[in-house]
Amino acid sequence: MIQNEMSRRRLLSLGVGLGAAATLTLAGCGDGGSISDKPSAAGNGGKDYTGPKVDLKLWNGFTGGDGEIFKQLVTQFNGEHQNIAVSVVTYEWQDYYSKLPGAVSSGNGPDIAVMHMDQLATFAARGVIMELDDVAKALELSEGDFAPTVWKGGLYHDKRYGIPLDMHPLGLYYNKAAMQRAGLDPNKPPTTKDEYTAALTELKKAGIQGFWVSPFQFTGGMTYYSLLHQWGGSLFDGEVAKATFNSDPAVEACSWLVDMIKQGFSPANVGQDADYLALKSGKNAFNWNGIWQVNDLKKSPDVQWGVAPLPQIGSQQAAWANSHNFTIVKQRSADNNKVAGAKVFINWLSQHSLDWAKGGQVPARKAVRESAEFKALPEISSLAPELAYAAFPPAAPGLGEVMTTFYNAFNEAALGKKSPKQALDDGVAKANKQLEDNRKKYGS
Amino acid sequence: MADVIEVGAARGDAPPPAGGTRRPGGVTARGHRATPYLFLAPYLVLFLVFGLLPILFGVWISLHQWDLQLPNRPFIGLDNYRDLFSSDSAIYGDWWSSLRATAIFTMLSVPLLVVVPLGLALLLNRSFPGRTFFRAAFFAPYVLGVAVIGLLWRFLLDANLGLVNRLLGVLGLPSDTPWVTDVPWAWVSLVGVTVWWTCGFNAVIYLAGLQDIPAELYEAARVDGANGWDRFRHVTLPGLRPVLLFVLTTTILASANVFGQSFLITQGAPGEQTRTVVWRIVDEGLRDYDAGRAAAMSVLFALMLAVVSVLNFRLFRYRED
Repeated sequence: MIQNEMSRRRLLSLGVGLGAAATLTLAGCGDGGSISDKPSAAGNGGKDYTGPKVDLKLWNGFTGGDGEIFKQLVTQFNGEHQNIAVSVVTYEWQDYYSKLPGAVSSGNGPDIAVMHMDQLATFAARGVIMELDDVAKALELSEGDFAPTVWKGGLYHDKRYGIPLDMHPLGLYYNKAAMQRAGLDPNKPPTTKDEYTAALTELKKAGIQGFWVSPFQFTGGMTYYSLLHQWGGSLFDGEVAKATFNSDPAVEACSWLVDMIKQGFSPANVGQDADYLALKSGKNAFNWNGIWQVNDLKKSPDVQWGVAPLPQIGSQQAAWANSHNFTIVKQRSADNNKVAGAKVFINWLSQHSLDWAKGGQVPARKAVRESAEFKALPEISSLAPELAYAAFPPAAPGLGEVMTTFYNAFNEAALGKKSPKQALDDGVAKANKQLEDNRKKYGS
Repeated sequence: MADVIEVGAARGDAPPPAGGTRRPGGVTARGHRATPYLFLAPYLVLFLVFGLLPILFGVWISLHQWDLQLPNRPFIGLDNYRDLFSSDSAIYGDWWSSLRATAIFTMLSVPLLVVVPLGLALLLNRSFPGRTFFRAAFFAPYVLGVAVIGLLWRFLLDANLGLVNRLLGVLGLPSDTPWVTDVPWAWVSLVGVTVWWTCGFNAVIYLAGLQDIPAELYEAARVDGANGWDRFRHVTLPGLRPVLLFVLTTTILASANVFGQSFLITQGAPGEQTRTVVWRIVDEGLRDYDAGRAAAMSVLFALMLAVVSVLNFRLFRYRED
């Protein structure tokens, strides 16, 4: 779904592609700085709400099948709560993140905003969203109710800004027909480095390039992100002050992946989406792709496929992952009733996240993950174990452009424009400058 | 001016002296002094509100570290501009590589987009059976949005799965050309797709221009013994001069604003080599929320385009003399 979202949101962002003019006029709308910065003392943290009727606006970026499921949940919530009416507005994610700041500062923003974990710090630092520590406290939510990785991702400067709804990791998708053609057991996807390379060798003998390495963020960049963590590397140092994705483990992981092309396990110059399309048509056997593709593959009954946790290629397990979080948006004129109502909604939806799992996401809440109903969703629940070692993006403001630098460095290595070492060194040099700019801007 | 005087003379009035005869209350022989401004007002208001003011505001923003959401937006003078010229800054490399990408695209696409549609228009201006069909066929791609043509060609040009390489293979030609992931092929693709997509528009403009050239001129030239090439050089081209100037100016501006094609088809690959200026500005302003720097880039880029446009007009005026 993200992949579809990505391409669709790219399309829509063309609408703002007038660039200069758009930037100028958008900037012209806001007078900022007047947004209420009071701590969110409203309500009792989301247990219930007994005040006068409130209308709440919620924004999200769920444009796929997940959007329908989300709306059904909201309808159910509205039916159960006479004094809270939630209305949902959906934008493409990329549009969403560029629209939100302008809408908030002109007073037309939502009350509740769904956000990716890696955006929380940016929006918290820029004063768009509110602290939610009291929600967590009042609902007696703690790390134990969630996976620690997801729960900690909602923090910025030790304060909570997001209540996690789900997590979406990368998984190993495999084409069973292609594996059978190479004499492999289609029900035993490889789990280790040796098994993986052995399977690729068999596939190659059968004339199948089994692991198409895309040079783009979706999916090659995220594959490399996972491998880098499997080799024990990291993108940044602990304070996110310096980029470290040219460390020895990072270079080794990158070389291993780029060598897939040199050894003929992947064609060169794989285009955007070609890796996934080739998997569906049986030209490719393995694709490390997001959990959101489960629902897309289910639409093609003639494709014989499976999904499993990523194999462990490096010295430890790791998988790229991100998470959707609920946030409450600061308003120019604070309305405590609205804030209280919003907290009730967030709590309710978090408890009902099993239905959300059917939209193709792993619920963040432990109780839901351990329920029998969740285990009855085989594809989705098979990726739940990855939660233990999911490599979420770090919480630091303004990381968007730095991540682009990281993915572009991998792009140059995967397309053979530079050696892995050279590409990553150049990327780190640039990323460090960007991080320094961010430090100046956000003062952390 | 000549028309006005003729009309006046036909009505039997004396042609008014320059500036009109002043009458009390600012009323001249041609009406109230405010009349022309009233006629101009609707456009002027729009231009002021949506043109001039945003431009001035943009210049103002470019002198600040400007984030819509952050409470303080310090005035930093020309620092945003200095960053664009100082090789130590994070943006320096991106900015100049995006300018380079836009310049390459513009220099490759403009000549083709000026010449190919002219040829097309000349062909479509003749009378032959099916002319209307061909006119429609050449214009058709232009009605598609950039999203449609972008996705379409990204799949057609895919190095491993695309139809283009498949056909080349069938013809016995190299079938592994990386059309969208390596240079110079990416430029061939981007320019080729853009010409295919937009040449119909320029052709229609040329066609209108061609139909404005009086047929007598061609007849006279023929009587004087001019052959086809002579008629093209001495009748068609001079007759098209204002149209050519229009086509050249708008095509340069449109090509310099290229964004969607590289965003969708090459996604900037390899690395950032096909990432264009407008894309860079959008990212800076709307993804990284640095409106100050984005505005500085916009102002610089607008100045560059202004210089090009002035040169363009100069060139045509020079020829006229």
